[in-house]
Amino acid sequence: MNDFNRSRFIEIGLRFYVVLSFAFVFAPIAASFIFSFNSDRFPSIPLGAFSTEWYRAVANDPLVWDGLGNTLFVGIIVSVVSTALGFGAAYTDFRYRFFGKPVYMALALLPPTIPVVILGLAMLAYLSRINLSGQSVSVIIAHIVICSPFAMAISRLRLSQMDPDLEAAAWNLGASEWAAMRYVIVPFCLPAIFGALFITMAVSFDEFAIAWFVSGLNETLPVKVLGFLQGQVSPRINVIGTFVFVTSMTLVIIAQILLTRQTRETPAKD
Amino acid sequence: MQSEPLVTFNGVIKKFGAFVAVQKLDLEIHKGEFLAIMGSSGCGKTTTLRMLAGLDAPTEGEIRLSGKPINDLPTWQRDTPMVWQSLALFPFLNVIENVEFALKMRGVGAKERRTRAENWLERMQISEFATRNIAQLSGGQRQRVALARSLVVEPEILLLDEPLSALDAHLKVRMQSVLQGLQRELGITFVYVTHSQSEAFSMADRVVIMSKGIVEQVGTAQEIYRAPKTRFVAEFLGSSNIFSGKSDGNGMLATPVGKFRLPQDGTSPQKGRSTTMVVLDTRSHLSVEEPGSEFDFVHAKIIGEEFTGATATIYLEAEDGSELRVQKDHDTLAALPIDVGQPLYVSWRPNETHLVSDA
Repeated sequence: MNDFNRSRFIEIGLRFYVVLSFAFVFAPIAASFIFSFNSDRFPSIPLGAFSTEWYRAVANDPLVWDGLGNTLFVGIIVSVVSTALGFGAAYTDFRYRFFGKPVYMALALLPPTIPVVILGLAMLAYLSRINLSGQSVSVIIAHIVICSPFAMAISRLRLSQMDPDLEAAAWNLGASEWAAMRYVIVPFCLPAIFGALFITMAVSFDEFAIAWFVSGLNETLPVKVLGFLQGQVSPRINVIGTFVFVTSMTLVIIAQILLTRQTRETPAKD
Repeated sequence: MQSEPLVTFNGVIKKFGAFVAVQKLDLEIHKGEFLAIMGSSGCGKTTTLRMLAGLDAPTEGEIRLSGKPINDLPTWQRDTPMVWQSLALFPFLNVIENVEFALKMRGVGAKERRTRAENWLERMQISEFATRNIAQLSGGQRQRVALARSLVVEPEILLLDEPLSALDAHLKVRMQSVLQGLQRELGITFVYVTHSQSEAFSMADRVVIMSKGIVEQVGTAQEIYRAPKTRFVAEFLGSSNIFSGKSDGNGMLATPVGKFRLPQDGTSPQKGRSTTMVVLDTRSHLSVEEPGSEFDFVHAKIIGEEFTGATATIYLEAEDGSELRVQKDHDTLAALPIDVGQPLYVSWRPNETHLVSDA
């Protein structure tokens, strides 16, 4: 960027503004992180001694392990299924032209735009009618609905970077449509597919509202957190909050690395 | 040429919705020939190639390969590999994996695949790049990889879709001779689509000129250059002076810039008929004084000059605003007053002209 003409004053002001924005966003998380290591029962300043007792308390709580188990079980299945669905939808968009395609695409992208409370309520009403509410599979179905559009968006971005001749070149060299999918399209999209796996897992991991509505006794970790909050003010919330944050950030960062690298690897046209 | 053509287009029509990309194409491609299909963008040349490759299906008509109809054969079951304008190399595979791809798809074992791919890398002089990424190669090297990838299956025919358009001028000339050498050595058929006259004329045994989905002329470079059949071809080649007017029925052509003798080939058009006559710029002459009666001539003013190596082309404008061109060597031109605005006579011998159809 050419900032030769920019005044020093504005430069410093802008930097300060960026730092302030990040501080605003991350302060609560940082506070939660700090208090999770605080020996005091209540989050107040001055801090007490450094302690991992709340971590021990969480680790010894079988209910937390239940929630974590559910979250992982749901998260893995959701990420695999929604990535497969999302990739399929993105490929359909890339490859075919058909009547009503804009409507199809709009529908496919719709779920994340619906307020989660409404979606959760609708899911509960629908799933209980077909006797699928209150189970892990209910959360899985609901999460696939909100995660697939993310997977589709990521896959679409990657497909849009592909030379459209690539697939035809594979056919022309003797690859059937399935073989071209397996040996050309999927390998080309592999970074995006992994990125989508991680992002959708992170979305499922964090999602609270819908899981709260449909999970019944098979609560995921965020739903468990609410349980803690309602019962008592316990620093264990900070521990779980920190854990969920670190896990989600790790997944998102891995996805980000994969997706950035793929863009750079795309060969320059000459 | 051989009696049995390798490829036959029989009344092939291709429509995209209401747009007719190729209109009633009848064309035979012989075994072992280097055929160029030339035209400006949107003329149907690439569509023709894609139909032969099996990437587009003809709307009507039949395409035969080695005598067998191939209309319903999907591209992966034809042996018609194509070299793409974008090259379409697989960026996630290295050089040798790219070359092996077609063999892998045909179920050739890993060991044989490697050997055959290595042979082609060697042949294309890119062995040293075998394990490189495509992104690390130069334009010319990629070109060679693309050729090796298509030729590794040892096809009878190779389709090339403007493969050199992305290269620098000097590299283009080198790749042209590589292609030409390869085609002679392998003895297989090359079908080469291009918009470039120099590429088509310097490499191909026969050239097909297309415009708006119609074949305007098929012939050797010499035939087409010396005797363009239609006004379009003459204009497309841009190396002739074109005169349009009406025949007076007595072997003369009346044009806005003068009355000229029509060629004496016994096909004198009827009186009053619209007729177009052309004469090559290399067969046209310049003079300060009015030429003798053995010449026909136009009075025109110089509007520009272009150097083309050993010769230069002088552009002139006749009184009615139509453009004329004359190509001469520098010695001849040195004896003439070549300045913009200088009036000169552009002349030619009537027996150097010929008629073209206006269609």
